[in-house]
Amino acid sequence: MDIAKTNVLILFAHPRFERSRVNRALLKEASNLPGVTLHDLYEEYPDFNVDVEREKELLLNHQVVIWQHPLYMYGAPALLKQWIDMVLEHGWAHGEGGNNLRGKIIFNTLTAGGTRDIYVSGGHGYTLREFFISFEQTARLCNMVYLPPFVVHGTYLLTDREAEEYGRLYRDLLERLTIVGTDLRDILEYEYLNDWLEAGKERADR
Amino acid sequence: MNNGFLHDALIYLTAAIVFVPIAKKLGMGSVLGYLLGGIIIGPFLLGFVGEEGKDIMHFAEFGVVMMLFLIGLELEPASFWRMRKLIAGTGAVQLCATTLLCFGGLLAAGFSWQAALACGLAFSMSSTAIVMQTLREKGLTKTASGRSSFAVLLFQDISVIPILALLPLLAMSSAPQTAEGHKTLLEGLPGWAQTLTLIGAVTAVVLGGRLIIVPFLRFIARIRLRELFTAAALLIVIATADLMTIVGLSPALGTFLAGVVLANSQFRHELESDVEPFKGVLLGLFFIAVGASINFRLILDNPLTVTVLVLGVIVVKAFVLNITGRMTRLSFDQNSIFTLALSQVGEFAFVLFAFIAQLGILSGHWSDMMMGVTAISMAVTPFLLLVNERLILPRFGTKEAGEEREADRIDEEQAVIIAGFGHFGSTIGRFLRANGIQTTILDNNSDTVDLLRRMGFKVFYGDATRIDILKSAGADHAKVLIASIDSPEINAELVEKIKTEFPHLTIMVRARNRIDAYDLLDAGVKNIYRESLETSVRLGVDTLVHLGFRRYTATRAGQNFIKYDEAALPRLAKHRHNQEAYIFNTREEISIQEELLTKDRADNPAINDHAWDRKA
Repeated sequence: MDIAKTNVLILFAHPRFERSRVNRALLKEASNLPGVTLHDLYEEYPDFNVDVEREKELLLNHQVVIWQHPLYMYGAPALLKQWIDMVLEHGWAHGEGGNNLRGKIIFNTLTAGGTRDIYVSGGHGYTLREFFISFEQTARLCNMVYLPPFVVHGTYLLTDREAEEYGRLYRDLLERLTIVGTDLRDILEYEYLNDWLEAGKERADR
Repeated sequence: MNNGFLHDALIYLTAAIVFVPIAKKLGMGSVLGYLLGGIIIGPFLLGFVGEEGKDIMHFAEFGVVMMLFLIGLELEPASFWRMRKLIAGTGAVQLCATTLLCFGGLLAAGFSWQAALACGLAFSMSSTAIVMQTLREKGLTKTASGRSSFAVLLFQDISVIPILALLPLLAMSSAPQTAEGHKTLLEGLPGWAQTLTLIGAVTAVVLGGRLIIVPFLRFIARIRLRELFTAAALLIVIATADLMTIVGLSPALGTFLAGVVLANSQFRHELESDVEPFKGVLLGLFFIAVGASINFRLILDNPLTVTVLVLGVIVVKAFVLNITGRMTRLSFDQNSIFTLALSQVGEFAFVLFAFIAQLGILSGHWSDMMMGVTAISMAVTPFLLLVNERLILPRFGTKEAGEEREADRIDEEQAVIIAGFGHFGSTIGRFLRANGIQTTILDNNSDTVDLLRRMGFKVFYGDATRIDILKSAGADHAKVLIASIDSPEINAELVEKIKTEFPHLTIMVRARNRIDAYDLLDAGVKNIYRESLETSVRLGVDTLVHLGFRRYTATRAGQNFIKYDEAALPRLAKHRHNQEAYIFNTREEISIQEELLTKDRADNPAINDHAWDRKA
């Protein structure tokens, strides 16, 4: 195993993955990267009986954790919530003696049917970041570094080509995250990881 | 002889059938009913049975013999060991104190010290037959008083052996007379030899039980003829009793020992239920015989002596029992029941007095008198308990609701009974045990039982469709009965019996297939588990996964299919009866399959699962 690489764990939660074009595109290349572990929760725990010890072991072996899932009713599919409730135990992940996840990086990778302009703050609406405040707070409680989400909006409007483009972008992101020493200082200032990648590309282009 | 026997049997059985229900209706318990019946048909009142009373007594004593066999059977060494302090402590105190007080009293009344001691020992016995029967009828066997009573009775029953061994030594000073016609091995032997013979006979029963009877029963069980097993059970009892009689010992003691020896074998429940009905009838006869044998002439001739003796004995016994009860911290209610229940002189006293008279320690006149006292004290017991129950307890006692349940008592019947411990039932048993639920297990294959017992399961051997065996497995107190017998016919029969005899039990039934399930539905069973459903669907789910289905999707589809199939079951079961002349055959099964297959497409929600889809 390459010492210079950081391990990435994708906790993937999709109850209907067979119907998800975009998620398949996202995982097509990313999941085959060295140092990346794809953990398909709905495939592993169809009965919702999460193996807590196994999940803890996986977490300990990875430095970057990704909650990847479709956006269902402004949140995550039920099994991911189940995973959070079961695995992030008091005394292990947080609370007294619960510092096993300290310093690890975590973020959400989301696929949403709605376009980005729907999710605006004010009035009756909220931004995606606002909807995911509980995930952010969960990460903070566990002393993890919560990064902005990687989001694919308007999934129904995407052409296959565009979906593939997202797949490459995602692969690039994971590749950068697996390299130790990637500069993450300004990353927290962006709303989405997509924006950070975009800004980086612009910087490189200049 | 045949005529006489039939005639007597007619009278006795009629007396039982007439008087026991009357007594029951009046709330007096069956023992009192039998006794009254005996008194009424006895020589003093109607005289239907007269001089032959003694013969019948002899015959009826066989009921006592069987009862002691059963008591022995109930005495698992393990539970005996748990109760050892209670048995040795309470029992010894009761026996010694009662003997001493009676000895003192009789000595003061002018008896020789040998006679006083012998009578004291005899009087210290209480009636296991009456007490156990009464406690069982009142449902008190599991209470503190029930357990104390059992412990004391047990100690008494066991101590009859050394007492019988000791009596010849008492007789050495007085001249022994062999008045009885019976020729036994013991007679004519010097005291020490009699003692030795006794020990030898006891050893023979213990070793014989271990080495001969258990393998013998295993052999019989493999032949799988129920009546043969019943015959074997009776044979064991009779053979032991006969052996003891030949040696000159109490047959009751011999069978008690045999029972103890067999208590630890897997045939315990089966033997129990085989002997039980015989015991019941013969014990009834015994009580009738006791009633009939009360010599009212003697009592009328010496009313004062008899009254003083009866009262004296009961008061002394009750006094000692009460103190003993307090020592073991019985509550007031429990102690009152304990005190009065055991205050009579027991059936072993008949045996002892007969032996005492035979040894010449006591004159015939006095031994008749003492037997009369014994019989009267037995007859009085149910009245005393009635008075206690109706008059004393309601006034002075505290009603302790729910005090029966003590968490630390393991000997209680379990809440779950599993009938049929094959592959199906054993999985259930293992699962329940893994979750801390102990179960009572019934299985009728002695080889399986053997194996499972070696593996540490508590399995009992017996036919689960027999009411009596279900009773002895604790069906009266259990909550759930799991019918997991291989044969659907036997399972259905069991369900039928449970529904009528133990309506409080929740029945969980294994059904082999859909057809069985239909029958069970017709029988009104709610919890039906088709062994072919879940496993088949699980296999189907895994097949889908192998074909590339997402595991979660396949799992959901499987769950939905089961739900749908179970919901369709009662519908189709009703429909089945529309078909005329329903016969279970292959054609019918095929038509059911056809119906299912066509309906599946239309009804199965798993096929059209629109959850999480954008367009439904």
